Amino acid sequence: MAKQQPAVSLRGISKSFGRVQANNNVDLDIYRGEILALLGENGSGKTTLMNMLSGIYFPDSGHIEIDGKPVSIGSPKDAFNHGIGMIHQHFKLVNVFTATENILLGLNQKGKFDLVAAAQKVKDICDAYGFNVDPNQKVYDMSVSQKQTVEIVKLLYRGAEILILDEPTAVLTPQETDKLFAVLRNMRDDGKAIIIITHKLAEVKDISDRVVVLRKGEYVGEMTTAEATPQQMTNMMVGRQVSLNIERPEPEMKYRMERIRVKNVTVKSREGITKLDDVSFSIYTGEILGIAGISGSGQKELLEAIAGLQPVESGSIEYNVDDHQVEELIGMDPLKIAEMGVVLSFVPEDRLGMGLVGSMDLTDNMMLRSFRKGLSPLTDRREPRHLAELVVDELEVSTPSVTTPVSKLSGGNVQKVLVGREIAAAPTVLLSAYAVRGLDVNSSYIIYDLLNRQKGNGVAVVYVGEDLDVLLELCDRILVMCEGKVSGIVDGRTTTKNEVGLLMTKLGGGEA
Amino acid sequence: MLSFLVSFVPRAVTQGIPLLFGCTGEIITEKSGNLNLGIPGVMYVGGICGVIGSFFYERSLGGAAINPVLGILVPLLCCLLGSLIMGLVYCFLTVSLRANQNVTGLALTTFGVGFGNFFGGSLVKLSGADVPSIALSSTSKLFRAQLPFASSLGGFGAVFLSYGFLAYVAILIAVGASYVLNHTRVGLQLRAVGENPATADAAGINITRYKYVTTCVGCMIAGLGGLYYVMDYANGVWSNDAFGDRGWLAIALVIFTIWRPALSIPASILFGGLYILNLYIPIGKDLAVKELYKMLPYVVTIVVLVFSSLRNKRENQPPESLGLPYFRENR
Repeated sequence: MAKQQPAVSLRGISKSFGRVQANNNVDLDIYRGEILALLGENGSGKTTLMNMLSGIYFPDSGHIEIDGKPVSIGSPKDAFNHGIGMIHQHFKLVNVFTATENILLGLNQKGKFDLVAAAQKVKDICDAYGFNVDPNQKVYDMSVSQKQTVEIVKLLYRGAEILILDEPTAVLTPQETDKLFAVLRNMRDDGKAIIIITHKLAEVKDISDRVVVLRKGEYVGEMTTAEATPQQMTNMMVGRQVSLNIERPEPEMKYRMERIRVKNVTVKSREGITKLDDVSFSIYTGEILGIAGISGSGQKELLEAIAGLQPVESGSIEYNVDDHQVEELIGMDPLKIAEMGVVLSFVPEDRLGMGLVGSMDLTDNMMLRSFRKGLSPLTDRREPRHLAELVVDELEVSTPSVTTPVSKLSGGNVQKVLVGREIAAAPTVLLSAYAVRGLDVNSSYIIYDLLNRQKGNGVAVVYVGEDLDVLLELCDRILVMCEGKVSGIVDGRTTTKNEVGLLMTKLGGGEA
Repeated sequence: MLSFLVSFVPRAVTQGIPLLFGCTGEIITEKSGNLNLGIPGVMYVGGICGVIGSFFYERSLGGAAINPVLGILVPLLCCLLGSLIMGLVYCFLTVSLRANQNVTGLALTTFGVGFGNFFGGSLVKLSGADVPSIALSSTSKLFRAQLPFASSLGGFGAVFLSYGFLAYVAILIAVGASYVLNHTRVGLQLRAVGENPATADAAGINITRYKYVTTCVGCMIAGLGGLYYVMDYANGVWSNDAFGDRGWLAIALVIFTIWRPALSIPASILFGGLYILNLYIPIGKDLAVKELYKMLPYVVTIVVLVFSSLRNKRENQPPESLGLPYFRENR
């Protein structure tokens, strides 16, 4: 393959933002008919590098060649003209437009503006690749994977030959991911050059032909996927030996007690749809209870019900303060529940949506937990600042300072700030959902480590996760949910991926 | 009943046309994502600039007969120029310098009203009139000219043909804006800029150019509303503060019409009707009741706001990035 002419060559590309060097002297070749995985930790400059190829940023130095000819890409339009199309992590779609309108956007073709003809052409592309998209459907009515499909069709409509996908699987279910990969393989066999940015090693193995690793903005090496092992890739990415095994210390039996008992809880949404159906289980101190299930099976509602954020139809949630005192959580003010030590660190699809305020700095975000403390009408900023510094140190948050607004941090760092703050409140129950969503391997392990430390301190930890492999390695017990019901509770040490998977789809469910 | 309509509708229309200009201008501005609260000021500036132009033109005649072409072109161009400058100031501050749109808009409104009153007062001094107003009757006659046979057509003529040319221009502009927004490539791209500039940018659309052009064109359309008010509705008489709160009513209309220029034609006539309804309903001597009737347009706007947000249809919401500055390298 090395003798072939590269579709794109990057030579000596550098880019810095202020004092931060995002890319430094990067060389990269991309060939037609291959899928290249671009691997690196959060903030290693993968997205920045690709943004320079797609015309969002302009490199400070270095040059780009397409089919051997040097080109200058100064705007997204230039990129289109060279056949380069990028699907961004946050979809670039207008919600109130139909699929066709979005696809036509920015195309200045000669001739009549004809939406009907365009819709037909969109449909033809969809049929050719087996996409399931209605050209006249509005984007706000679409699921995440449909939106992604629209993005892909948009590129194909423009005749893109070089496709860049920035973490395309972060928001997809395993089934949707398989479908996407099938499409990508199809396009590769069509002779297109495809670059996929990801930090899921399993996906790299699954889809790519070649892996290029970036670290701190620099090119560190490349491998043929078939010859690379996950361990090698991780070491290259992080720059040192990393253990890929998640620790799972035995729960301390002497402290073990039932902390929360959920009995027959039913929750309905505002539209009257049953979200939780007669759910019963217990959470013990000093253990990590994993919650598995297809997304939208009631995980979010369950955690919110415990935290007092979700009105409960029927049932009870009991909190054992100690052996003698039992409190009923349903109907209690969320603030009081939080004071009792039940904290919720929920990482929603957009990371800033819940829990952090994007335009405020780290210190102020720490204060969101503590501003009620003290009697003085003035706020105490010293303690939160101290806490912010502690979180930055301990969790290796990469930020210029604690006075930087959190919206300026990269996704993974935002998550560390959120989780760090919740843990600092010294909880008795830690409810975490999707705590490692979008995090690279190294950061994920820091989070697992944090959860294990909480477990060691006798905290009852609930971990709602997406990655079954992680759930199986990290959790002591795994509660599997399916359509709002508990389809089974299994021992994390003895269960298999297959068993949990079956429970998730209810086929092997113990009840119902 | 019919005779009531024949006398009420034309008044409602002449009352509604300045609102229609302001509303259409503001709708296309907002479609580009710019929330221009300076519209009331822009309409003031449009009005006074037209007055200044025609004042000096009439004075330069020195008793000679007015040239109909110049008599219309001079105030028209002055009005457009004045409003264009207001639009450029707004764009420079909010698009190029990314200043807060609300603050900039409110500042322009305050400025525009003061500008109008200052030069209005100056002109009154210059003209040496003993009443605090300027009458530009010969120019007004040109603006108010109607088809010669209109008055002979009875009720039909009165309801449909009794207006000066600017009224028809207003309706044409609204219809044209509606067509451009919904059926052309430029309209699609303009809406994309207001909804999601990052998306539009990634699609290769020049955000800055779209924002500048639409906001300036929007201001020029709104400025015509001020000109129409002085030259047609007020018979060429400028007196300070007479324009009142019509600019704000135009902005309320934007919400009332849920950002649809075609809908703003009947809506502005309805608002015009509500604005003068108190003159047609016997309310006795109690002036307080009259003030209550004057609230009607605003009450209707609030009711519509409540209903349109209740129904929660995505198409009826304001452009998604309305009021937000755009900077490509922002996260």
